[in-house]
Order: sequence, then structure tokens, then C-alpha cells
Amino acid sequence: MTMTPALAIDDLRKTYRNGHVALKGISLGVAQGDFFALLGPNGAGKTTAIGIVTSLVNKTAGTVKIFGHDIDTDLTAAKSCIGLVPQEFNFNQFEPVEEIIANQAGFYGIPRDEARQRTEKYLHRLGLWEKRRGMARELSGGMKRRLMIARALVHEPRLLILDEPTAGVDIEIRRSMWEFLREINAGGTTIILTTHYLEEAESLCRNVAIIDEGELIEHTSTRRLLNTLHMETFVLDIEQPLETLPDLPQHELRLVDECTLEVDINRGDPVNAVFSDLGARGINVLSMRNKANRLEQLFVNLLADTGSGGAGT
Amino acid sequence: MTPQQKLTAYRTIVTKEILRFARIWIQTVLPPMITTALYFIIFGNLIGSQIGDMDGVRYMEFIIPGLIMMAVITNSYANVVSSFFSSKFQRHIEEMLVSPVPNYVIVLGFISGGVARGITCGIAVTAVSLFFSPLNIHSLPVMLSMILLTAVLFSLAGLINAVFAKSFDDISIVPTFVLTPLTYLGGIFYSISMLPEFWQQVSLANPILYMINAFRYGFLGITDISLWASYGISLAFIAALYGISLWLLRTGKGIRS
Repeated sequence: MTMTPALAIDDLRKTYRNGHVALKGISLGVAQGDFFALLGPNGAGKTTAIGIVTSLVNKTAGTVKIFGHDIDTDLTAAKSCIGLVPQEFNFNQFEPVEEIIANQAGFYGIPRDEARQRTEKYLHRLGLWEKRRGMARELSGGMKRRLMIARALVHEPRLLILDEPTAGVDIEIRRSMWEFLREINAGGTTIILTTHYLEEAESLCRNVAIIDEGELIEHTSTRRLLNTLHMETFVLDIEQPLETLPDLPQHELRLVDECTLEVDINRGDPVNAVFSDLGARGINVLSMRNKANRLEQLFVNLLADTGSGGAGT
Repeated sequence: MTPQQKLTAYRTIVTKEILRFARIWIQTVLPPMITTALYFIIFGNLIGSQIGDMDGVRYMEFIIPGLIMMAVITNSYANVVSSFFSSKFQRHIEEMLVSPVPNYVIVLGFISGGVARGITCGIAVTAVSLFFSPLNIHSLPVMLSMILLTAVLFSLAGLINAVFAKSFDDISIVPTFVLTPLTYLGGIFYSISMLPEFWQQVSLANPILYMINAFRYGFLGITDISLWASYGISLAFIAALYGISLWLLRTGKGIRS
């Protein structure tokens, strides 16, 4: 019996009133217990997708299920499962830190005494206990981020969604936040994060999806994504039609059609071995061309967009 | 959510709202006390002594219910419009929108906050009035029920204004250009029987007139309007505005993209 996914999105579309098409029909699933990254350049549609999942944005079409609860028919149950850490600070700057967290617990129906206990627990865990009585506006940027994480965790959600949680945070705080998120994930909470930092996704996440211009262009494991980034793909036109893929486990081969093969080769590795091994099976290569590596291109574009020149990768 | 959880969520919103205006009491509770004290001194004492009786009561006594009601109307409206719009502007309304708290609980929470401030200011103004005139109570149930209905009605109106508002200018337009004129023309300072027939009929289109008159009945036992009409108008407006508020939250107008 397969486990219900933590998040299942099917053909999700969003067109804003001004006509901007933010999502063009994305479908993806996130398994329970996963640590999942949603990557993509600015304006790709990541925040819109998260907005729809957390019901802050109305979708145009498609379905979203959170632990099997459809947001169209079972929104209350779906919302109860989610904790959100948004990209922008969205708490009352004029409220004391502890009240912000305890109130959030209250919105989930947690009685005041228990809310106070949980507030204390998460303020301690995120190093904000000393600041509990201070106004939120008095916190530093990193502390405000941690405040939003504490607030998202106070009702102990099964799915924690973080929209660029470490943007603008220095490397030391970023790494301590990573450690904390690993602990939360190890405790069974499914985590989805969006990030610009490939390093962050590589360090934390087991699976990734990449969105660009409202379309899902990759949905794979982090390991495979990283392998792909270090590979070149060649398209081989072959002389004799093939019905099945030749049994050459030493090479990453795919049969595109009966006269076309694709092969992934690590950058710097010689390609001769592929020709030799195919020739030994009686398969003659008529021509070969390099297939553009769209993932790598995506990240080149991403870096160009941010103008970071490689920061964080 | 279970009923108990909804009650907890409701209490959280109400407590948050009350603490909000209580923290800034110098901006929220003190100004109506000072303003109405000036009204009592200028209109009640100085000018009122020249006017004599109005509908058989001293002019000072006549204006007290209207001035209390004016504080209730403006403060219940101002509380919800500013609180809800600020929560939109700073985006902390999202704290509630991502949670499973039902829309009607959000509406009731904000309304209760508005009612709390409106009635607090009403009590404060009543306390100020005691310096100028003894408190007459003709019908406590009418007085209390009408002040409550009025506070609820204008809290709902404030919520709807806040949902549509896109800037801080938008939350001051309605109070300045609609609420204040209607309140002043709602019979705070005069009985509509003093007006020519035509303007009496025009005045009947002003819903605030019905509330002020019913409230005055609770104090003095005099009114220009039937009590049933006052209750009917108030309840009809509350039902309509509550329905609109729920619809706005359900569809996400002004708060969801």
C-alpha cells in the first residue's frame, strides 16, 4: 500500500487578473518525510505555487492535496497540516515576540496554557527566549527569520513550507538554521523549501523540482540533478533501427526512438568507449551532436538573473 | 476544527484586538473623552443654556445620548478599519488566513474587538457626561441593546471598508465624507421635529438617526422614531453587512491574489 503523499499537485494553473500567467499547469508530488527543494529563478512561479498550497493565492485551475486533503473540499484539514515561513516578514512589528507565537497557536485552536508552553519551547530552540518580551520590530533580520520559523512550528505541522528562509541571512546563521531544519525533518516533519542557493538544496534536500516561467522543467532527486549538472548529453543517430535498448550498463543510454540514442557522459571523460562498445554490438553511429544541457543553462540564467556571479553555488 | 478550538481561536483574535487598542489608549480612548467634554462645555453649557428645553428635557441632557452614540459609532468603525487594514498592509492577516480558523470566526473576532473599543469609549464618554449632568436611565434594556447593535453594525462597516481599502487614504474617506456627516445629521444636537417636513423625510433615510433616537429613548424616554423601526433597520443592516463580510473573506477580495 502506497503512503499518501504529503503534497500532491496536479495541473496547477494561475493567471493573475492583469493577465500574467504565473503557473502553466505544474504537477508534482512530495512524499511524506521528504526534504524537498523547489528551485527556480525570480518570477518562476515558486511563491505563487506556495501561495496556492497555503491558500493565500486563489488558483485558476488544478488540484492540490495535502496529506490527501483536497484544498477545494477539505480546506480546514489541509490547512491544519501546514506551517508556513513566508519570504517577506509578515508579523505585526508592534507586537511582543511571545505574543506573536502564542497567538498563532491560538488560531489553530491550541488552548492558551499549552500555547504558552509551546511558545517557550520554540523560543528556546530558536534562540529567541531572551527577546520574548521585546517588540518584533526590535529584532535583527536573522532573528525575524527565526521568529517566523518558531511561529510556523508552534502548531507542530506535518508539512513545513519555507519560502527562501535564508535569504539575506549570514552564513553562520544560515548553517545553524540548516541544522535545525535537519532536526525537524529527522523528527518526521516533511519540509519543502524554495531557495536560490543550490548549495542549500544540495546540503538539505533529497528531492528537487525546478520551475521556470510557470512550468515544471525538472522533478528529480537531488543526487540525479547534481549528476546531470556534471554531465553532457549526446544524441547519436544510428544506422540500424533498434527495438530495445542495448544492454550496456557501463553507459547511461536511453532509446529516444528506434534510430536515436541519447547518452550521458561525465564532462572530461572520453567518448570513444561508447562508440567502441556500441560497435561491438553491431550498432553503427552515423552522426553525433551535443544536446544542450537545459539544467545547466537554467542555472546559468539563474545566476545571471541574480547577478550574484555564483554566490551560494 | 472542533467547537472548542474555534472558541479558542475566537478568544485569541478578541484578546489580540483588545490589547491592540488598549496599548495605544492615548490614541484610542482618550480623544473621544476630550472631544465630548468640549461638546458638553460648548454646546451643552454655553449654547445649551440659551436654547432651553428640547422635547421637554434640558438641552444638555438631550445631547448626551447622541454624543455617547457618536463615540461608539466612530470608535467601533475606526478600530476595525484600522486594525484590519494594518493587518493587510503589514501582511500579518496571513497568520489567520493560513490557519484553519473559519472566516466567520475571523469576522466575529474583529467585530468583537470593534464592539469592545466602541463600548469602552461609550463608557468613558458617559463618565465624562456625569460631570455635566446626572445619568437618567429610562430603559436599560433598550439602551444596552441599541449600543451593542450600533457597535456591531459599524464594526462590520469598518471591516468592509478595510477589505476594499488599498491605502491609508481609503480608510479615512468613508469616516470623513460619509460617517461624520450622517452622524451629525442623525439628530445628536436636534430633534427632527424641528425640521421642515421635506427635511424630516430626507432625514429618515439616515440609518444613524434610528440608532441615536432609540438610544435616546433608553436614556430619556423620548424618540422621534418608532423603536421597532430602529431595531428593524439596525438588524437588517447588520444581517446585510455580515453577509457581505463573509462573502468578501470567502472570495478573498482584497486579501488574496
